[in-house]
Amino acid sequence: MKEEMSPMERVLSTLSFEEPDHVPFFLLLTVQGAREVGVSIKEYYSNPEYVARAQLRMQERYGHDCLYSFYYAALELEAWGGKAIFYEDGPTNAGRPVISSFEEIESLEAPSVPDTRKLQKVLETTAILKENVGDEIPIIGVVMSPFSLPVMQLGFSSYLDLIYEAPEHFEALMQANEDFCVEWANAQLEAGATAICYFDPVSSTTIMPREMYLKTGFEVAKRTLAKIKGPTGTHMASGRSLPILGDLIKTGTSIVGTSTLEDLAEVKKACEKQVTVMGNLNAIEMCRWTPETAESAVRTAISKAASGGGFILSDNHGEIPWQVPHEVLMDLSKAVKKWGRYPGEKTNE
Amino acid sequence: MVSYEKHTENFESALLSIDRIAARKLIGGEVKFSSPFEIIEKIIAPALERIGSKWESGEIALAQNYMACKISEEIVESILPAEAPERARNPKIGVATLGDHHLLGKRMVISFLRSLGFKVVDFGTDEPAVLIKKLDEEEIDILLVSILMLNLTLKVKELRALIDSRKLKTKIIAGGAPFQLDPQLYLEIGADAMAINSSDIVKHINGWRCASLPAEEKFL
Repeated sequence: MKEEMSPMERVLSTLSFEEPDHVPFFLLLTVQGAREVGVSIKEYYSNPEYVARAQLRMQERYGHDCLYSFYYAALELEAWGGKAIFYEDGPTNAGRPVISSFEEIESLEAPSVPDTRKLQKVLETTAILKENVGDEIPIIGVVMSPFSLPVMQLGFSSYLDLIYEAPEHFEALMQANEDFCVEWANAQLEAGATAICYFDPVSSTTIMPREMYLKTGFEVAKRTLAKIKGPTGTHMASGRSLPILGDLIKTGTSIVGTSTLEDLAEVKKACEKQVTVMGNLNAIEMCRWTPETAESAVRTAISKAASGGGFILSDNHGEIPWQVPHEVLMDLSKAVKKWGRYPGEKTNE
Repeated sequence: MVSYEKHTENFESALLSIDRIAARKLIGGEVKFSSPFEIIEKIIAPALERIGSKWESGEIALAQNYMACKISEEIVESILPAEAPERARNPKIGVATLGDHHLLGKRMVISFLRSLGFKVVDFGTDEPAVLIKKLDEEEIDILLVSILMLNLTLKVKELRALIDSRKLKTKIIAGGAPFQLDPQLYLEIGADAMAINSSDIVKHINGWRCASLPAEEKFL
């Protein structure tokens, strides 16, 4: 039996395509922290200390291998002048788009990270986390990809209209978004984040055909990731990625978050020794899992993808829903301890 | 002589290549149709149905599905008079989201149904308590709710209770990402059916009309 590793050692080991002591487990908890602190979700995100305190407590309770400094996706929309919609029972949503005509894009200026109070709160949370755990536990920061952010900036249908019918405005939008994304990612790394999760669902083949992706999201990711001064993982937020895995690898990412709609063994095979696979527990069905179904899901995922390292067990979306009961999270945690120890069962078949 | 099937294939291919000119040319080209509804039933509907199935299986992307519906809607609006008598035989359909601004799914459903000649009332985004009054006023037979976020699926429960308490006949079809990931979810929230792709909606409509209409009046 291998010696007990710290979460950081465990994750670094799997990223090097070696087998650590046991399968790394990223429980990507966000709004649950509000319950932990005993305040509303809106109030929770108003105080960087609340988020840090809750992340530390939840990591201690469930024993997973990361801290997640992510607040909510619409935070970036707020930075661009938009509004976020808070709920009592779910992730914060994006309000109305901030760009109302394609012509506005030509004079668009990226917000400054130091001057945006909402972004500074995330950096404060990150710094508190770092102060508490040093290099023992990876701290995962988040950015929206410049290619996916316009879904909130413009609205989804307008953005697709722009890509297909007004491509002359595309590059100007990407330039502004790339400047912002790089500055935002590097600020999080400077504040203490270990790695950046690059959320890019629009690049998934669920949303964009490969031919268009290669002309758009692929080029954007290559340019952006090259300027981020730390390791990155690309997450498709439930979208499929199998047909573009070879392309994703070329963007310079180290981790790919994969969908529950794809076979984990197939994804692992396509990524073998090139990038680490993260996924792909079904976070929606998880809401009503029994201890048996939770254990079975964990065991299946591990048996499909854990062999040889290069695997982090996680959900498929990059965020656990509010509706998933605490008991299920405990069941998942127990199941990882039970089935995740290396060397495990015969895997990857 | 080009067969309907070949024509549909060509039309589907033009839509998936986002080629408006080719798509329009096929509708106004060598095959002569007796009415706009013949074009819809023989060419546009089967092409969109196949595109929807391909999206569901992951063969094509959402962007292609969206653009195909958009181009088809433009074509149908240009060939089918707003007051065509054939439109009257269809149920009254409403489309809404329940409090969020993720409007792509709703936009696609509207384009798809209008491409098939349905009249659709767009209710925008509303809370159940407001929406219920509109359903009542407009005498909506079928409400399509498009939902992206899991917590908002619970609002369907609220809407169901309001529909039942007012004794409205409105049926609810739920669609959106959470239902694709969890096929049992629609039952938990009290929807009558769920739709993964837009053509599922027409199948449900036909299923519900089955008892009262002769087979030739069903849509797909």
